Formats: sequence, C-alpha cells, structure tokens
Amino acid sequence: MARREIIAMLLAGGQGSRLGILSKKKAKPAISFGGKYRIIDFPLSNCVNSEIDTVGILTQYQPFVLNKHIGIGIPWDLDRPNSGAVILPPHLKSSEGDWYSGTANAIYQNINFINSYSPRYVLIISGDHVYKMDYSKMLEYHRRKNADATIAVLEININDASRFGIMNVDENNKIYKFEEKPEFPKSNLASMGIYIFDWSKLHEFLILDNKIHNNSDFGAHIIPEMIKFKKNVYAYKFVDYWKDVGTIESYWLANMELIKTLPSFNLYENFWKIYTQVEYQSPHYFGKNSDVSTCIISEGCEIYGKIYNSILGYNVVVEENAIIKDSIIMSNSIVKKNCYIEKSIVDENCIIDKNCKIGIGKNIINSSEPNIYNSGISIIGENSFILEGLNIGKNCVVSGELKKENIINNELESGENLIINNMI
Amino acid sequence: MRSIGIILAGGVSKNLGVLTRERAAAAMPVGGCYRAIDFSLSNMSNSGVSKVAIITQYNSRSLHNHLSSAKWWNFGYKHGRLFIFSPYISEGNQFWYRGTADAIYQNLLFLKKSHEKNVIISHGDIIFKINFNTVIDFHEKNNANITLIYKKKINNDSFNLCDFGLLEIDENNRLVNFDEKPLDPKSDNIFAGIYIFSRDMLIEILETILSQNRYDLISDIIIRYRKKLKIMAYEIKSYWNVLNNIESFYRVNFDFLNKNIRDEFLHTYPYIETKPKDDPPAKYNFNAKTKNSIVGSGSILNGYTENSILFNKVYIGELTSVKNSIIMDKCQIGNNCVVENAILDKSVVLSDNKKIQGSQIDLAVVSKHSIF
Repeated sequence: MARREIIAMLLAGGQGSRLGILSKKKAKPAISFGGKYRIIDFPLSNCVNSEIDTVGILTQYQPFVLNKHIGIGIPWDLDRPNSGAVILPPHLKSSEGDWYSGTANAIYQNINFINSYSPRYVLIISGDHVYKMDYSKMLEYHRRKNADATIAVLEININDASRFGIMNVDENNKIYKFEEKPEFPKSNLASMGIYIFDWSKLHEFLILDNKIHNNSDFGAHIIPEMIKFKKNVYAYKFVDYWKDVGTIESYWLANMELIKTLPSFNLYENFWKIYTQVEYQSPHYFGKNSDVSTCIISEGCEIYGKIYNSILGYNVVVEENAIIKDSIIMSNSIVKKNCYIEKSIVDENCIIDKNCKIGIGKNIINSSEPNIYNSGISIIGENSFILEGLNIGKNCVVSGELKKENIINNELESGENLIINNMI
Repeated sequence: MRSIGIILAGGVSKNLGVLTRERAAAAMPVGGCYRAIDFSLSNMSNSGVSKVAIITQYNSRSLHNHLSSAKWWNFGYKHGRLFIFSPYISEGNQFWYRGTADAIYQNLLFLKKSHEKNVIISHGDIIFKINFNTVIDFHEKNNANITLIYKKKINNDSFNLCDFGLLEIDENNRLVNFDEKPLDPKSDNIFAGIYIFSRDMLIEILETILSQNRYDLISDIIIRYRKKLKIMAYEIKSYWNVLNNIESFYRVNFDFLNKNIRDEFLHTYPYIETKPKDDPPAKYNFNAKTKNSIVGSGSILNGYTENSILFNKVYIGELTSVKNSIIMDKCQIGNNCVVENAILDKSVVLSDNKKIQGSQIDLAVVSKHSIF
C-alpha cells in the first residue's frame, strides 16, 4: 500500500462571494491571477516545491473550470501512480449524501481517502490565497515542537485583527487561546488557514467534533477544542508575502502590485517556480505602432494598441489604437480597434468590439450591490460580447452576449449593471 | 494509426557556425520559444502518429535535455511512445551512424517490431506545419513505394537552389530525377527533407543496401532506385524552411514577425508544442518600448526593442537599444548597451555600455555563455 509521511488536503470549494461576477461561474481558487495563473496554482506549486506529492483537492462550488485546470495534475508534476492530485467532490454515502458543510467537515468526509495513505501528518491548506511558502520548514517546526497541531500565522496590523482568527501565544509560541474575529483582539497573530496536524490526533478530533457540530470547522471548532483539551498547538510565524484576495479592490490591487519595478511578490525566482496549465507557450508580439509601459504580458498575446499599468493573461489580442490603462485583461479576450479601457477587469474569453469605452465617467457606487462594486472598478464577466461603441461607466458589471435591444443610447451609466443571461 | 515516425536529428551542421558548437541543428531555438525539432515532433503527434523514434548523434546533450519528457508532445503512453536512438557499441557493431540509412538500419528492430503500414521520416531541423494524414492519403492512393515532400521555390523566396536536393517530376507528380545540390539547377522543386516509406519495403531496401556498404537515404535509395520504385512527390504549399546556415536561421526567426506566419504556427490549432518553461509573464517596466518584436515569457524589459526576437528570460537594461537581433534564452543585457543585427546565443551577458553591432550582410554572432 502506498504510504506517505505527509499528504496535503487543499480546500478549493470557496465561493468568494465578495468577488461578485468574477466568482459567479468558477470557484475562487480558479480565478485568474497575475496574468497566466489561477489562484490555486500558488498553494499547488507550494506543495510540489515542498516535496509533497499527494494532494487531495476538495471541490464543491462551481468546480468545472477548476477540474479542467487541474486535470491529472501534469503541470505540477502531480500525475503520479498511486498518488498525485486527486479531486475529491462531495459524494453520496451508502444511505445519504452530504455537501461539505464546513472546512473540517470536508476533511471528515474524506477520512477514508487520507487513511489509504496512512500518513503521519496532514497539511490543510486553502486554495484561496496567493503566497509562496515552504511547507517542509513548517513541518520541521511542527516536529521540533512535538506539536499535535501547528497553525501558520501572520503578524498583522492590530487594527485589522478583528477581521481574522487571532492566536494568543505564550513565549514558546504555544497557543493558549484562539479567538475568531475578536472584538477586542489581544494579539496581532492572524491564522493563515494553513495547518499541520498529526493525523492520529486530527482523526480523533474530527470524529469527536462531528458528533457535536454538523458543520465542523477548523477555526470555530477543531482548533479551540484541541486547545481546550490541552493539546500541543503551536503558532508558526510566517514572514513573507501572503494575500487573501477577498474583494474586488484587494484583487485588483494585488494584481497591480505585480507590475511594480520591484514587486513585493516575486514571480521571477528560479527555485520556487509557480506552475500552471496554459494552452499557449508561444511568445507574444508587439506591433509597429504599439506602446507599452509598466505591464506584465503573458504568452501568445498580440498587441497592436497601447497598454499602460496593466496585466494581460495569455492569448489576448489588443488591436490598433486601442488604449488599456490600469486594467486586468484575462486570457483569450479580444479588445478591438479604438477601444478605451481604464481601471477595469475583463474576464476570460471576452470580445470588446470596436470603439467601446469602459471605466469612464463619474465614480458612482454600484446601485444593486454597493458592498461589492464600490472601488471604481468596472467588470466584464467571462464569455461576454460587448457591442461596438458602447460606453460603460465606473463600478459597472456587464456580462453576457449583448445585443442591440439590450442597450439604450450606447451608454451604461456608472454604478449600473447589464447582465444578460443568454447562456446556461 | 497508419504510420510510425522517425526524426533524423543527428547530422553535423557546420554552416550554423558557433550556434551548433554545443547543440545539434534540431535543438536550434526558433520563434521565441521553440526548438527546431518541436515542429517535426508536433506535426507527427498532431497527425496521430503515436510512435516516434528520434535518432541523435552529433552534439546530442542539449537535444536530450529538451526531450527530457515525452509528455510535452503527447507521447509517453503505453500506446504512444517516444524512442531516442543514439549510437551504441555492441559485439556486432562498432560504428557511429555512417549515414542516414545506416542510422535507421542500426535501429531496424524499431521498424520490424511495428505493425503500421507506413514510415514517415523527417529531418529535425525543418520548420513546417503539415497534417501527415493528407500526405499518407496521397501516398496510399498512388500506391507509391516512397513519397517525397517538396517545396516549390517561387520568385521571391531566398532559397539558393544549389544548396538543396532537387526533384524533377512528371505531370503525375512521379519522380523522374533527383539532383543532390546540383551546380546547374534544372528544377525548382526543393526536397523538403520528409519521406514516406512503406515499412516492409523500407526494411527490405535497407537490408539490401547495407549489405553493399551503402549508407545514405538520398544517394543510395532515392537516386539509385528512382526508376525501379514508384516514388511520388507531394508539394507542401504552406510555410517550409530549413536551418541550413546562419542566414536561414536568422530569416526563419524573423519570419515570425510576419502576422500570417504567427497565425499559422502560434494561433491555429493544432499548436506546435514544446517543453514547458513555466516562466512568469514578461515584465515591461516604465521605460520599456517594444516595436515589431516577439518576446518570450519570463523576460524583463527596461529599454528599447525593435524588429527583434527575444526568447525566454531575457533581461534588457535601461537606455539599452536592441534592433534587428535574435536574443536567445537567459541573455542579460545591461544598461546603455547597443545590440544591432546580432544573434546572441543563450546566456550571453553584456555589462553596461557595451556595443554589439553587425550589419544585415554580416551579422554579429555571439556564442553561448559569452561575457562582455
């Protein structure tokens, strides 16, 4: 029987509801990031770079883009006999079936999968975060501390602490109290949602907790219970880049950080590569009259227009005299002649027809979902067709294959939505 | 699965000068991210040829490195394999490959243990895109013993006919005569370096000619057997070129600045596949300007680039100008440099304020790992 010292369980079912239309048809881990990547590429690449070769990927919400992206795990060297990448969707049991109702519940439902590798340790990570981390160092720490559980933590600004799970630790970094989103935080050590457990201990607590809670959760139940039962739970301080791109604005900002001359997140390291599935490996082309400044550009793009402070996914076409500023254009999209796009996100496989303007006008907060679309960023949903000459304001959401009758005056005022459901 | 494939990638290529000092012609970088052999390999894979043998000999290290895994070209399965045949010494054979026919003969078991009807033989240094099924259809429909693919030279092509094997064909596209690098070309049908053989017949001929100490596919099979066998000629109408000297290498790479060529090779399915590099997107800093150029991933640009081919992970410093040049993988060009009409092989390093200037007639060629 295949046996592993450590296996990883990657929680990839997150909906990312504050990302609005970006996560409407794909789970948050499948959203594009940094041009050619998807968010899940970061934790997956961390696994292989940390020499973890067995990764169970738990999917639930809109899994198809994710499933196709991961496939059998070839880009991450996870296509392996008896291990590698294994996608674990919720499933029917003999008498009933359950959705994954909580982070720990999802692991509980896959106890048999984990047992089949008889691992000593289990690493729990989330597919929602952008960072580079050597899990083998954390495991070393876990072993050294003789811990039952180790939680990776980040020192954050104490003013933000009430938005996180906060660890109170003693001088040895042993956690004596865990508080989920405390009103009056006593520490600035925030949980990153990365845990290493001794499998035997976790196994015990999963079964125990499942009898009490039907939505068993690591932050809310398992960790506090382990602390309550005086288990050795340690905090592992991580000092490097880590981002939870939870909102439209933080998503946009995290992307924009990558184009700085010295970005705080370095993709250009030789020995910690981020792997991804790309259809194209070919170079990109800049035409005779094109212009570019402060951008990152992925494979296969054809650029005849002008792009400034922007991020292009692979196989994007920007035609003559089109201008793109402060924007993210995702893979396989086409921006036709004379378009002007400013501070916008164009999702995958879109066509922006000639003479469109996107992201212009007054900064008025979105009228239907003001909590989501309020940072001045307009978004074009995936697979959209934007009709020739349409002007789109700020904080707008446009999605679907637009037709003439959908539009009055070629104008969509700032803060308005235009969502056509002519696709399944 | 009507065919197996053989790619000849072992020949010496003297005319590529320092560029092939450490690599075989089949491993020459092309089009910003490919190696020459990717074209033959992908064409076979994309045409459903599932068993391909690559024959290597001269300077094979970098080629073997490129072929580290078969899966990038969709080989490496129980039903689809990539074989690499390098010369070896055994009791019965003490020779390097003495010619193209000998190279195949020394690996005759590959042919004998197959059951497919046809064998496609292609050279590793040719740049083209073809669906071999169409050629096999032609071969079978004509009941040919051998089919040769040729490219017709048209007026503005830069091919020098004296450098090629030339086919004289009749009105039914049957080969009448074959001239190898003639001094007085009588035909403008250039042999494209691709053959289709019927497998049983190839085994038989190889055994015959090797017993007579003949080792070459062209002179000992095509030319000697041109009347005895039915040899047909199939014209490739799409792009075709070969890396037979530095000028053609430069030209082939610059052809990728042509939109039609890019559309054909980079943007029309099925794609040419290559070993993935997993480099991040290319990064253009504030003063980067790039005109009419292709740029590979992982590159970081600060200066000016015009009419050039930049491969992966190239670094261009501030106030530096690169024009009409090919800059291969991992070159690092410092600040305030000038590079014009040049070919910089992989991993060349220019410190600040350096000039590398050639001319269109006399390109400056800088060998791998040079440091200035």
